Amino acid sequence: MNNSIRIRSNKNNLKVVRDFVTNYLSPYTLAEKELNQIILAVDEITANLIIHANKEDESKFVKLAIFQTGDTFLFELSDNGHSFNQKNYKEPDIKKIISEGGKGGMGVALVKRIMDKVEFTTQGTSNICRLYKKVHQPA
Amino acid sequence: MKITQEIKDKTITISLNGELDASSSVLLDEELSKPEIMLFNKVLVDCEHLNYISSAGLGVFISHLQRFEDAQIKLIFFNMQEKVKNVFEILGLDLLMTIVSTYDEAMTVSNE
Repeated sequence: MNNSIRIRSNKNNLKVVRDFVTNYLSPYTLAEKELNQIILAVDEITANLIIHANKEDESKFVKLAIFQTGDTFLFELSDNGHSFNQKNYKEPDIKKIISEGGKGGMGVALVKRIMDKVEFTTQGTSNICRLYKKVHQPA
Repeated sequence: MKITQEIKDKTITISLNGELDASSSVLLDEELSKPEIMLFNKVLVDCEHLNYISSAGLGVFISHLQRFEDAQIKLIFFNMQEKVKNVFEILGLDLLMTIVSTYDEAMTVSNE
């Protein structure tokens, strides 16, 4: 099965990425909740790369490749946009976001809580995000 | 994402059909930003056909929550699928928002 996909930086392509992950994982009979969490984590990072790194410039791409070792999946996402500094990342204070009528800052928190390991690196002009998840398949 | 509305007395029920992501959440934000929404006592959100939500969708609800609370408008979710509720739970939002099982239950939640 094809393990990678490249999309233009348009938010409408988030659905394309979610469908790709769904199809890729379909042979593994994951529980619905776990499958949804994995799709969500990949969607959140893809949205960040489209919006914050590539500034929704459709001439720029986001690439996703999926690798599997045993029961662990690696989702590798990369772009060719501005690097965004993950050192600035802070755990969101949701009560504060609510009281201020804010919207954002929860995506990476979701990803970190869902995935076993999250790595952000920069190579030249490319941001690379690697998400690792050990899955639980029914016996 | 398809959004439909039903009004009964001082309650508006917003039914969400589809997937709420960084792209489609803009529509929901427009809906919840309409001035006439402030005329209601309750905003019920029917999530039966909401198949997916990302942080962008959660963000829309969160961004209106304080404004609704200040105006004593109760925001109540019902008919939520387990996988969608799980996303609220990961961030602890299920403790900060009102999520009930059925429409009848949503109607009996008081505004206090």
